Amino acid sequence: MTPETIIQVENLTKRFGQFTAVDAISFEVKKGEIFGFLGANGAGKTTAIKMLIGLSRPTTGSGKVAGFDIGKQAEQIKKNIGYMSQKFSLYNDLTVAQNIRFFGGIYGLSTKKIKEKIRVILTELDLQSVAKKPVAALPLGWKQRLAFAVSMVHEPEIVFMDEPTGGVDPSVRRQFWENIYQAAAKGRTVFVTTHYMDEAEYCDRVSIMVDGKIEALDTPNNLKNQFNATSMDEVFLKLAR
Amino acid sequence: MAVIVAEHISKSYNDVPALTDISFAIENGELFGLIGPDGAGKSTLFRILTTLLLADNGQGYVAGHHIVDEYKEIRKKVGYMPGRFSLYQDLSVEENLSFFATIFGTTIKENYNLVRDIYVQLEPFKDRPAGKLSGGMKQKLALCCALIHKPEVLFLDEPTTGVDAVSRVEFWDMLKKLKEKGIAILVSTPYMDEATRCDRIGLIQKGKILSIDSPQRMITNFNKPLFAIRTRKIYQTLNVLRRADFTHSALPFGECIHLTTTQPLVASKIKEYVVDNGITVEDVLPVKATVEDVFLDLSKTLETQS
Repeated sequence: MTPETIIQVENLTKRFGQFTAVDAISFEVKKGEIFGFLGANGAGKTTAIKMLIGLSRPTTGSGKVAGFDIGKQAEQIKKNIGYMSQKFSLYNDLTVAQNIRFFGGIYGLSTKKIKEKIRVILTELDLQSVAKKPVAALPLGWKQRLAFAVSMVHEPEIVFMDEPTGGVDPSVRRQFWENIYQAAAKGRTVFVTTHYMDEAEYCDRVSIMVDGKIEALDTPNNLKNQFNATSMDEVFLKLAR
Repeated sequence: MAVIVAEHISKSYNDVPALTDISFAIENGELFGLIGPDGAGKSTLFRILTTLLLADNGQGYVAGHHIVDEYKEIRKKVGYMPGRFSLYQDLSVEENLSFFATIFGTTIKENYNLVRDIYVQLEPFKDRPAGKLSGGMKQKLALCCALIHKPEVLFLDEPTTGVDAVSRVEFWDMLKKLKEKGIAILVSTPYMDEATRCDRIGLIQKGKILSIDSPQRMITNFNKPLFAIRTRKIYQTLNVLRRADFTHSALPFGECIHLTTTQPLVASKIKEYVVDNGITVEDVLPVKATVEDVFLDLSKTLETQS
């Protein structure tokens, strides 16, 4: 694992009884990359991610995330990554500032650091005017950007996002991707799972899982050339059908 | 003949407008897509037209019947697939279908020809509880249940949300076949890329219809110069473009940036401008608009007006 690599897994496998959910997958993700992790429902995406973020132990195979071993250092991984799910892990009845303070506390930041973080996030997202409002009162797009910022409150080198923008307004979705590009431009790695193929086009590189295996991995442009397709949707259909 | 008619329908929830002055007419055998993001008002409109919710203002007719005065007639003649999976999770596939047939006073056998193409895919799992099906299979079963009484009109509220790309394509193929059988279909979706599968679409946002037309005409009528810009530095390029006086809008669009300009320009001029600002650009090409470009442009106009 070079200093430029943030995820490296080899032959990562997870079996449940006779069923192999993840079948010997190997890949690397570089620092600062926006990496799309794609697959149909039931292809094994969720199981694979659970292993990457320290929630599930691999049956066989090995790997490192943010410099820690996924078999032996699961707790270290959890402290050193960010995670944002599609359900926005924010507390609706807490205010914007309280949410930031809460998650800062969970990740063990000092009181001083938390104060600074509240100030920085509110300024960057232009949320000062609603700092004392409950999160429930915010429009969806703002919640989403806040959830993203909160997932990075402890300044992790990598953030995992589980289907971040499904069903969202096209213009809100674009603002959100700009936030992702901004984070990546600062050197942060973003690992995105989605089954919306148009979203895949925004990533630097994507992998496509079919029946527990990674069947393709490249830039969206190279994949389209390789499969003689005009969109990632077409690439996906050719692989998964 | 129009089988679904909405005339100036409005609805508010506690002073928050959900629908404002919605009017359209859907013809017999037409596949009409209502396209808009979460919260645009799609489900509210579906519930009003299927007689499950009262509008504050306006009239509506479905299959020739008034949505309030003749709601009982409408309920017999429409098939409705709500956005949330609403079948009985603990009944098997076959029991669910049989239940819906019985409720409408018919049998699976009587209308089997209508659901056959879809149901054969479910038949290997007919004894499985509906709750244990995959997302794509659940949608297929829900469609069968909405069809089993041979409705004249089909209302499908976001049938492809949360369903993977393969199942989505299969689902649209099925809708095409149903339409050929003469059933009018009103379908909603948040996915702009599904728009081209419809005969006509209505773009909806914040409770207002932005435009109604065939997807092809909507694209042809897009009248701003549009360019796709490919670069590895998307974030930096967006910032540079937004400072340019020729820019109308610059937005990330998958692998590229889509730029609309306020005046006709040659692509090389745009490339020059970005390169002069110290950013490497792979290429700049004039491109045809997609439905998503149209939506973004119209919703931007709506925002500037309000």
